[in-house]
Amino acid sequence: MDLILVAEQALNGLQFGLMLFLLAAGLTLVFGIMDLINLAHGSLYMVGAYLTAAALAAGAPFLAAVLAAIAGTALLGMALEVALLRRLYQRDHLSQVLATFALILMLNEGVRMIWGEQPLMLNTPAALSGPVELLPGLSYPAYRLLIIGVGLAVAVALYLLVTRTRWGMWVRAGASNRAMTSAMGVPADRLFTAVFGIGAALCALAGSLLGPLLAVQVGMGESILILAFVVIVIGGIGSIRGALVGALLVGLVDTGSRTLLPAALRQVASPELASSVGPAVASILIYVLMAAVLFWKPRGLFPARG
Amino acid sequence: MSTPASPARPRRQTLLHHRGLGPWTWAVLALLAALPPLLQVMGLEFYTVVATRVLIFAIAASSLNLILGFGGLVSFGHAAFVGLGAYTVGVLMEAGVASAWIAWPAAMLVSGLAAAVIGAISLRTRGVYFIMITLAFAQMFHYLAVSLKAYGGDDGLPLAARSSLTALPVNLADDASFYWVALGLFALVFAGLQRLVNSPLGWLLQAARENETRVTATGGRVFAVQWSAFIIAGALAGLAGALLANLNGMVSPHLMHWSQSGQLMVMVILGGAGAVWGGPLGALVFLLLEELLSGVTIHWQFALGAILLAVVLFAPRGLAGLFRPRGDAHA
Amino acid sequence: MKKSPKSLAFLLAIAAACAVLPSAAMAADKLKVGMLSTLSGAGAGLGVDIRDGFALAVQQGGGKLGGLPVEIVIADDQQNPEVAKQSAERLIKRDKVDVMTGIVFSNVMLAVGPGVFAAQVPYVSANAGPSQYAGEQCNPYFFNVAWQNDNLHEAIGKTVTDKGFKKVVVLAPNYPAGKDAVAGFKRYYKGTVADEIYTKLGQLDYAAELAQARAAKPDAMYIFLPGGMGINFIKQFVGAGLSKDVTLFGPGFSADEDVIKAVGEPMLGMFNSSHWAHDLDNPVNKRFVADFVKAYGRLPSLYASQGYDAALLIGAAVRDVKGKVEDRPAMLKALKAAKFESVRGAFRFNHNQYPVQDYYLRVITKDPQGRVTNRTLGRIFEQHADAYAPLCKMK
Repeated sequence: MDLILVAEQALNGLQFGLMLFLLAAGLTLVFGIMDLINLAHGSLYMVGAYLTAAALAAGAPFLAAVLAAIAGTALLGMALEVALLRRLYQRDHLSQVLATFALILMLNEGVRMIWGEQPLMLNTPAALSGPVELLPGLSYPAYRLLIIGVGLAVAVALYLLVTRTRWGMWVRAGASNRAMTSAMGVPADRLFTAVFGIGAALCALAGSLLGPLLAVQVGMGESILILAFVVIVIGGIGSIRGALVGALLVGLVDTGSRTLLPAALRQVASPELASSVGPAVASILIYVLMAAVLFWKPRGLFPARG
Repeated sequence: MSTPASPARPRRQTLLHHRGLGPWTWAVLALLAALPPLLQVMGLEFYTVVATRVLIFAIAASSLNLILGFGGLVSFGHAAFVGLGAYTVGVLMEAGVASAWIAWPAAMLVSGLAAAVIGAISLRTRGVYFIMITLAFAQMFHYLAVSLKAYGGDDGLPLAARSSLTALPVNLADDASFYWVALGLFALVFAGLQRLVNSPLGWLLQAARENETRVTATGGRVFAVQWSAFIIAGALAGLAGALLANLNGMVSPHLMHWSQSGQLMVMVILGGAGAVWGGPLGALVFLLLEELLSGVTIHWQFALGAILLAVVLFAPRGLAGLFRPRGDAHA
Repeated sequence: MKKSPKSLAFLLAIAAACAVLPSAAMAADKLKVGMLSTLSGAGAGLGVDIRDGFALAVQQGGGKLGGLPVEIVIADDQQNPEVAKQSAERLIKRDKVDVMTGIVFSNVMLAVGPGVFAAQVPYVSANAGPSQYAGEQCNPYFFNVAWQNDNLHEAIGKTVTDKGFKKVVVLAPNYPAGKDAVAGFKRYYKGTVADEIYTKLGQLDYAAELAQARAAKPDAMYIFLPGGMGINFIKQFVGAGLSKDVTLFGPGFSADEDVIKAVGEPMLGMFNSSHWAHDLDNPVNKRFVADFVKAYGRLPSLYASQGYDAALLIGAAVRDVKGKVEDRPAMLKALKAAKFESVRGAFRFNHNQYPVQDYYLRVITKDPQGRVTNRTLGRIFEQHADAYAPLCKMK
């Protein structure tokens, strides 16, 4: 097997995993701390992408557009939290599912009413739109290297935030035992709004970074939401470390299965069989991975709650 | 401890007692059975099909309510069982077996078996992990159906005709007859489920939902109870799938898409999870809302979302919860 | 045991609500068209284009088609076969439409078809062209005014061969339409297929597939990725730097205005095949494009042109039966005769009621106004029929 190809696929797996991490981090925090199943998480990602596209169309440079989108989505997220989601913390998961499902419908249609049905244009900044030669013979898209860089930076920043600041201590305490944390005098309200705001900001960052690679259209959040849920379940709810490990696992397994599996099958079976069985198996392999992890560790790899 | 039964004071409702219609059952059934000719007189025959659809989804939602509402097991993969039942009918019809007497029980058997296998693996987990693992299985079935070119893949598999109920003077191709068969099956399923949740199995199921440790401590076998409920729910969903395949005249992998599972969940929660009327009520209101709203505006999804949100905020136990007396509420 | 009066009241309320649901209106002096299309979700852009193209034709006719005032009943299929079937039944049984049109996706079409044909309502498809209805299951009530799904792939297969590319990588999603696309391409492509890559339906990230394609060292690449998948892929293809060494080919619907608007300059240089282009030089097309831009502020896509042609075809048929649309056999005959001037020039049906038409090669360039759009380069096929016609038993 071509070593260059393996190296490139490894980078692809890493990059895909870090893309998922940006989304999963916010989701696991919200779920871990507030015990809130937020199906509308994908919709915030969509709003982030749309705001970036709108800002770029208005003439802003890329960095400014991304920052504007992050700010706008974080504000929207916090507004939603204060106005609506706050009432759901005490409710059971089913009510949360119904309420956030309703939010998805409203946000999807709302975006459509503002920006129309056609997908929007969102392209990589000109400086980053070509490949970079990493090693002789191995060139990799510059933009994807940026995503890897940002993903790693966010992972480090979140780690420092959660382990080295007081706010982070509150977050960890809240994820571990909310009642006790509240009883110890931690201002729950402000903590939750802040956590939700950070989650929304991470969504927007993911949306603006992925927008140039993926189509910016209504409903773009749902497909990636499922993957994000798979990631946090594998990693363990409430754990950022789990989200990172889970995301990298999912990224590498998915990339590997899509390329290595059909190639391996072609060695042992007819090309006709390989071309039909290979992709089918590849699409379900992530779910098999999740089922396998849950079978051995029913609470995920690094559960926050003891 | 028994209070003398007096017509002025109803028998005291306990937490675990779920009322059916009682003496009103036959009246309501007669009213519902009279719907097709009534619609025909008003020139609205089209709505017989809508009513049949509501009945089929009422069966599917009730089956999900058994494990979700009564069992507290949030399964995000229930559409897989509906889909499996539908595909069984489709595949059998393709192979030349058109008799409902064979195909429909076969659909229930296939879905029940699938539920047995999926349940055995999933019931080891709890909470959101259970949700995700059931979702995972449903996705696997969905992608499998999409890639099976022999049965149409993404294009779906058309049914040559509706199943035939030989030995009975009923032709399912006629919309009204199909409605009556669906009504009859729904009544049977509902009566059965009502008996089930008022039986020891039902009590254990609901008790396990509330406090698993206590049930185990008092000797109840939680896994066996939940697994049985899961299989029953799966089989009933398969029946709904068989009926749906007949109604649509085709089966497609879209039946097993996770959004369909989500829709079933929304119906159950909307109607009232854990209330015996939750399934039918949720199916009725959701489908009627969709029908009415989509005729009014192209942005009907926004209105639907707003209405659902209102229900969550102001009717915390779902629509059926609005009808249950306050004393019935559990924490 | 007393039953709760509230539940009874609720049931009565439901009954009352049903009673005020709109009932069918009888009208024999106008044409009722059932426009069932994908108007929500990811595929909405395509359905909206068909609807807009159709509406433009009606507007140009002063609200009439073939002399009869037109009422368009619009419904959304949500790209869901079950919902589509229900909506179609509503259009036929409750709204009593005279003709139906609008569906974008083949799997939705296959779900809706049997019901429509059984009710003897003519269906004029403005996009969906499944091979089943072109071949064995051809039906006198089904007309396709656009193309048969395989045609555009065949056209590109021939182009790639003619241009002398010897090593091609083919990529399509792993579902029947994807497999058909690859089969259609290979029917006319005579060189080597270096690799056949099948992706997941709805897949977002193609980095792995791009790396695999690069490893095969092709000189051209052919993709079939409808909708958002195509947008994702093309952006990533260019970002990976593959566009420098590998020429990208695709069918027209992966490279039309909707995709161009979402991708923009990175698409420059992509070749695609189409049965229509907005720069085709005939009076009907010029009028169509000018009026469309004026009415909607955007260049029409091929979906819009198909919606427009569907309206023209229906109008011509209504004119030929002198307004008696209830006379179904006469309507079918008039529709099949297709005596109208299309935006593609002259138009005729094959015996299986799919078009026999020319296919053009287009490339994405900047036009004199600086817009990124398609430019027609030449003809690939002349009067090309689809491969399934021999299987159809209709006369």
